[in-house]
Amino acid sequence: MSERLPPGTHLVRNDMRHVIIIGSGPAGYTAAIYAARANLEPLVIASSVEFGGELMKTTEVENFPGFPEGIMGPDLMTRMQQQAERFGAEIVYDDVVSLELEGPVKSVTLGNGDRHEAHAVIFATGSAYRKLGIADEERLSGYGVSWCATCDGAFFRQKTVAVVGGGDSAMEEATFLTRFADKVYVIHRSETLRASAAMQDRARNDPKIEFVFNKTVEHIYGSDLVTGVGLVDTVTGEETTLDVSGLFIAIGADPRTHLVHGVVDLTEHGTIAVEGRSSRTSVEGVFAAGDVVDPTYRQAITAAGSGTVAALDAQHYLETLHDAARETASATA
Amino acid sequence: MSTRDVTDATFEQEVLNSEKTIMVDFWAEWCGPCRAVSPILDAIATENADKIDIVKLNVDDNPQTAMKYQITSIPAMKVFKRGEVVKTVIGAKPKPALEADLAEFLA
Repeated sequence: MSERLPPGTHLVRNDMRHVIIIGSGPAGYTAAIYAARANLEPLVIASSVEFGGELMKTTEVENFPGFPEGIMGPDLMTRMQQQAERFGAEIVYDDVVSLELEGPVKSVTLGNGDRHEAHAVIFATGSAYRKLGIADEERLSGYGVSWCATCDGAFFRQKTVAVVGGGDSAMEEATFLTRFADKVYVIHRSETLRASAAMQDRARNDPKIEFVFNKTVEHIYGSDLVTGVGLVDTVTGEETTLDVSGLFIAIGADPRTHLVHGVVDLTEHGTIAVEGRSSRTSVEGVFAAGDVVDPTYRQAITAAGSGTVAALDAQHYLETLHDAARETASATA
Repeated sequence: MSTRDVTDATFEQEVLNSEKTIMVDFWAEWCGPCRAVSPILDAIATENADKIDIVKLNVDDNPQTAMKYQITSIPAMKVFKRGEVVKTVIGAKPKPALEADLAEFLA
């Protein structure tokens, strides 16, 4: 992590950049590496507490090319950050509170009051964990309900816990939780898992993991701490309960687009709409990359690829702007 | 003043017997969000040194206290007044959001 200013000594900044990148997952950092190498001196708004994105909450990443032995998620993100900084990207650990994207000069205001302007913006804000949307989920959040097995798993030593979900992240959480818990249920609404074969096999072969198929979680029980969940069978409608001390929710994520609602066009999936295979959004000079444009693949490596596309598109856009400005200047000379 | 560490051994003396409002950040080395929120807590502690003390308790090294307060998710930040928990905030949040959660103690 780069240096922060000492607390209480912040000087409000107001500057003009070529390109601002919002987000610091694989898409944001890869866009930063490419933009920095194109001498665009990108400013990366990395977020104050979620910098590095979703991989900061994962353990071993085994499918990122170039790491045959695997690499820890946070280590991978630190390397990407260092690679971007090596070529001149500036990284700010703060959050965007407002954005103005229309017009030739875009502006971004941060939590600390800084306001940065740029000709181009790359939006790579990723996605946010989906909630079950049931009663008591919020109340018991942090008291047995969790979205982060790597953060909270250790508090469930010798306990029985459940993971809800059928994707890779649900399998990873379940497998990770077997380090601590005596028993891990994986609750999934159908019989087909979305998770990759490798992740499924690992979970299925784990003696501590038991799958509970065709069930949805409808209730979470517990006054101070979670004591159990109420399930409904998606086929028969039968209601059952399962005694667990922890419930880990891994049912997917929604693109984080609240900053651009009503400004940039979205798709029917809620992701930011981009033109064809490019990263160009409906607003000129605004590009988007990573999970925020991808309702389908959502991998670190696809996000990184998409970050590359955005940096190259932004670079091309800035060159066009530059050429146009030069032509205007020579025409009036 | 920035945050200091408390332990199972010093918890009663430093936290429960504190005259001043004191917040304990329950954290661990392996918890990414804990590391992310740590400098924010340092800043809040420095800026509000006259109103609140902020201390850190490593849950791996101090399991007794973590168990006593039924910690199941970190970072967990608990505000104590005269030995009683008066507020709990769970999860890493940006500085303005944390300040809003703690507004009554920072005023």
